[in-house]
Amino acid sequence: MSERRDNEMAVPGNDDATLDPHSAQSGDPIDNPGLPAHRPRPTDIDRAAEKRAERQVAGMFGLATLCALLFGVAYFTLDIGEDPDTFLGLGASNLALGLALGLALLLIGVGAVQWARKLMSDHEIVEMRHPVASSEEDRTATLAALRQGTDDSGIARRPLIRNSLLGAVAALGIPAVLPLRDLGPLPGTALEETVWKPGMRVVNDVSGLAIKPAQVQVGQLVNAEPAVFFARDEEGEPLLEGPALQAAKVKAAVILVKIEPEQINALPARADWGVEGILCYSKICTHVGCPISLYEQQTRHVLCPCHQSTFDLADNAKVLFGPAARPLPQLPIGLDDQGYLVATSGFQEPVGPSFWERGDR
Amino acid sequence: MSAASVRKREPAKVKKPSKIGGAATWADDRLGLATVAKKNIRKVFPDHWSFMLGEIALWSFVILLLTGVFLTFWFTPSMGEVVYEGSYDQLRGITMSEAYATTLEISFDVRGGLLMRQIHHWSAMLFIAAMFVHMMRVFFTGAFRKPRELNWVVGGTLLMLGILEGFAGYSLPDDLLSGTGLRIADGLMKSIPVVGSYVSFFAFGGEFPGEAIIPRLFTVHVLLIPGLLLALIGLHMLLLVYHKHTQWPGPGRTEKNVVGYPMMPVYAAKAGGFFFIVFGVTALMGALLTINPVWLYGPYDPSKVTAGSQPDWYMGVAEGLLRIMPGWETELFGFTISWNIFLPGVVAPGIIFTTVILYPFIEAWITGDKREHHLLDRPRNAPTRTAFLVAAMTLFGLLWAAGGNDLLAILFNLNLNYITWFMRVAVFVGPPIAFILTRRWCISLQRQDEQQILHGYETGIIMRSPEGSYSERHLPIDPAAAYYLTSRDRDEVFEVGSKADGNGVVAPGSRKNTVRARLSRFWFADNVQKPTRQQLEEGHSHADQELALHAADAHPADGHQYDGRHDVAGDELRKE
Amino acid sequence: MRKLSARLSARLSARLSAGRRRRVAGLVVVASALLLTGGTYAVLSPATAQDDLAADAALVDRGRELFLVGCSSCHGKNAEGIMTSDGTQYGPSLVGVGAAAVDFQVGTGRMPLAQPGVQAPKKDALYTPEETRALAAYVASLGPGPAIPEETKYDLEEVDEEGIVRGGQFFLTNCTACHNFAGAGGALPEGKYAPSLSGVAPKAMYEAMLTGPQQMPVFSDQVITPEDKENVIAYVKSLEEEPSYGGFALGSYGPVAEGMFAWLLGIGALVGFAVWIGANSVRSKKGTKA
Repeated sequence: MSERRDNEMAVPGNDDATLDPHSAQSGDPIDNPGLPAHRPRPTDIDRAAEKRAERQVAGMFGLATLCALLFGVAYFTLDIGEDPDTFLGLGASNLALGLALGLALLLIGVGAVQWARKLMSDHEIVEMRHPVASSEEDRTATLAALRQGTDDSGIARRPLIRNSLLGAVAALGIPAVLPLRDLGPLPGTALEETVWKPGMRVVNDVSGLAIKPAQVQVGQLVNAEPAVFFARDEEGEPLLEGPALQAAKVKAAVILVKIEPEQINALPARADWGVEGILCYSKICTHVGCPISLYEQQTRHVLCPCHQSTFDLADNAKVLFGPAARPLPQLPIGLDDQGYLVATSGFQEPVGPSFWERGDR
Repeated sequence: MSAASVRKREPAKVKKPSKIGGAATWADDRLGLATVAKKNIRKVFPDHWSFMLGEIALWSFVILLLTGVFLTFWFTPSMGEVVYEGSYDQLRGITMSEAYATTLEISFDVRGGLLMRQIHHWSAMLFIAAMFVHMMRVFFTGAFRKPRELNWVVGGTLLMLGILEGFAGYSLPDDLLSGTGLRIADGLMKSIPVVGSYVSFFAFGGEFPGEAIIPRLFTVHVLLIPGLLLALIGLHMLLLVYHKHTQWPGPGRTEKNVVGYPMMPVYAAKAGGFFFIVFGVTALMGALLTINPVWLYGPYDPSKVTAGSQPDWYMGVAEGLLRIMPGWETELFGFTISWNIFLPGVVAPGIIFTTVILYPFIEAWITGDKREHHLLDRPRNAPTRTAFLVAAMTLFGLLWAAGGNDLLAILFNLNLNYITWFMRVAVFVGPPIAFILTRRWCISLQRQDEQQILHGYETGIIMRSPEGSYSERHLPIDPAAAYYLTSRDRDEVFEVGSKADGNGVVAPGSRKNTVRARLSRFWFADNVQKPTRQQLEEGHSHADQELALHAADAHPADGHQYDGRHDVAGDELRKE
Repeated sequence: MRKLSARLSARLSARLSAGRRRRVAGLVVVASALLLTGGTYAVLSPATAQDDLAADAALVDRGRELFLVGCSSCHGKNAEGIMTSDGTQYGPSLVGVGAAAVDFQVGTGRMPLAQPGVQAPKKDALYTPEETRALAAYVASLGPGPAIPEETKYDLEEVDEEGIVRGGQFFLTNCTACHNFAGAGGALPEGKYAPSLSGVAPKAMYEAMLTGPQQMPVFSDQVITPEDKENVIAYVKSLEEEPSYGGFALGSYGPVAEGMFAWLLGIGALVGFAVWIGANSVRSKKGTKA
């Protein structure tokens, strides 16, 4: 068997304590020569070198003090804010404060280390290790104390107390875990619904301008949103804002692209989901939900910048490359009576990353 | 007063002049510090640069605490919306969260604020990088072996917590880049089977992005994880002090001692000085190098994104896994399992972390080594272990590169898709190749060491024998170096006894033992053992014979003079 | 417009019919009404109409000469485009691409393409500005397309702070996905890329948005108005002009570059310091005094 006894320290030259360390088969071939003799440094024997080193260390500490003072000067003289001071195209305040602080700290550190290396005693010292495990007496004493304590408590003789205590402590799991329930609402159907409704206009993001087909050219990409994001109520307040707006945006953001109709390979059920070659797809990647708008107009591929999932927008946003598993959902669009692009229905499948309950829609 | 009467009185309590000062006496009267301090003030620490890598992490943590507290004085962890009216022109009038607005305030309207933000962020990067480097050092030198396995577990946990802490930290400003990262984290949560959407809704307090995640991350980042980190770092240091630091083998060093310099004054100066150096370097980085320019990203908006969206480097492994994973997803009975997200994002990190934590126990099981180790292994003397880490580093390196595949594409003018395909293959092919190469390299280094021990070093003097053959003169290396090379354990392969005893009863766990024996053989395969005393003497006798052969030469050169270690001025030999 | 000219023509015809009505009178009325309507439309409609560049015949001829020498080998003798035998495009048709596209491609040196590839890189312009104008005039004469924008559209003079802020929001919505948050560029599939915007002239930026060069999509003036285009350009220029507040920008590539610098400079420096701290001091050559 080759397992070592526990707690035996590996000692080179002492692989097996029973074997003669000088025998031919085992042990160290060379004996430990012991600590090498101390070799003096110039500062140990040469007073001039020692003084020079001392001045060097003190000089570094002095420079550090100077840098700390310069920090104060820079703090009060260099402006930030509306009209910041600059230096060589960089922000002057950050640069000056940082250089002053950094040098002050660095010089203290370098000085301290130089002091240790050049002037402090560099004689090596030997300290013996103690066995890591406790001694046998300590172990026995501890075990005895434990045994005494356990006997006094009588827990071994009183299984009723022990079991009921365990049960009570286990039951505390309920009040420990349950209050976390209100961390958030249950998902319900939230992940499957967006704000898109039939008749809702598709408008350009940021400007909120409604879009007519004639305004979109072949090869164009429009980053679009539902018109409700720009709608205001009677008091002029936005209908959707804050977290509600963000939560709606994270599923409702879309892109419009115009493709030559003969290059579109729509599924039969989607034949009327576009207008004159203008197609509307969800902007939210089906991988883990980053917005996509890297559209290549000549290949009609769209690339997600996060993990490089690539979709073919001329082919129902089929996945061409990358870790996404499902095509981008398409939003059916049509025209309203004023000729602007509108959604003709909501999305027909959940938008964005997959989740357990999604199924094969 | 006569001497006799003085003696009769109670001898006055002689107040020795206190060497440690009045304050220390006051403290000691109440805390009994001297008992604890007596051993530790001159505690010996071995001196080697590779022992200071953990210190980089330790001091970075202190810097993070200091700069972090500074930042909390201005940062408001709220997703409530405000209209920005601060100094940064390009965002004035934009509606944004208070978290983002106060981050802009720190950057542009607080003197030194941007500096502290940048020092904090650089320091976080260095904290985790230093933990990795320190971990690699500990691994390569086998310092995780008994009795330090628990310290390794603590360290691995520290690394994991550090990574989570960094993620929470850079998500706090609620800017476009980190918000995109939170979106990806949300996608990862949703991919968990059965409970995914619940986890997502509970974490974000509703639908993504909600208004709860930033305040919650703030609590995690400022209270929960720092508390855990402090406690675990304390435990890590405590174990280090109790076990004492490991040391390299060498003259005067044994398993039973520690050779080095005392804490006071040398280590206090070196370690304390190193704190200032780490802080200084970090501050200089904060001064000169922009990091996380949140004003350029703008506030988080779920319909905006930037090219080159990556998390901070320490999440790069998960990012790379997500990018190269093919799009596999299955639907079962109306339920969706997203393998393409769940495997790289949740399962793989779990496996990696578990392997890291359990490693010392796995290696101990394979090698059957239950001895205490306080002397370090040279990496070459544990070829399989070294090769394993190099293979892991190769895997991690490839995944990091895969996480930045779009940047590789634009910086080096490469095809993005080819990079992804290359990585898909390389992560399977690269690590085994690295393993094999490293292992052979270690073994050949061991062979070189063996040559040096047995035959000495090559002097460069070529001798020609009377028969006409050439040989190079070798001289013995000095005893300290020879001792260093041989100061290592002999490897012992785990042997299985007979599977069944005399009555044909199979020993329990014998299949496990067979596997263990096979692994153990693989572990120590081709390892070059240190020579025995007899082999050494044989080697030396060869050298003596060599010397005898050339004794008849008119000018025998022992080569020793010309190896650069001696002064050869006026030497006769060269005059010929 | 229609109402105005209808009224005019009604009055005209009324006046004419007051006196002797010739048979031709009605025809003349209709013709003049048409001319009026069409001419007004041509003058006032967006720049998809042929502009006066194409009207300069001498310039167009000069452009055709240059085109035949330098461009027709890929784009065809009449700029109709050339398809290869397996159906891929050698050089696309230039009918209808407009003067703006030519001004962009030739002005930034992308065209003439030095060798076929997935993308035409920017390089030093081969043609002088006059020659570029001539080429643009020739292509504009082939069919209506976006005209070269007037200088007022990109001189950024009327853009105020609010415009820059608005431009920034457009930039972050439409542009950063390809060009990155600082305009430093980004990768596209199959070896293509969105180039850096650093140092690009405002006119070139405008024309690129308008014409959608190569893989870049088109951003028509009706969806992103000329004013908003100018705002976007003003924002990008403001990024170029603002100081780098935190120090060197490291290429503005984001966390990957930051991580690399953290390892190379940060860990490199600190490990270097550690090696120095642990190194033995210089040993004295003289004496053995301990």
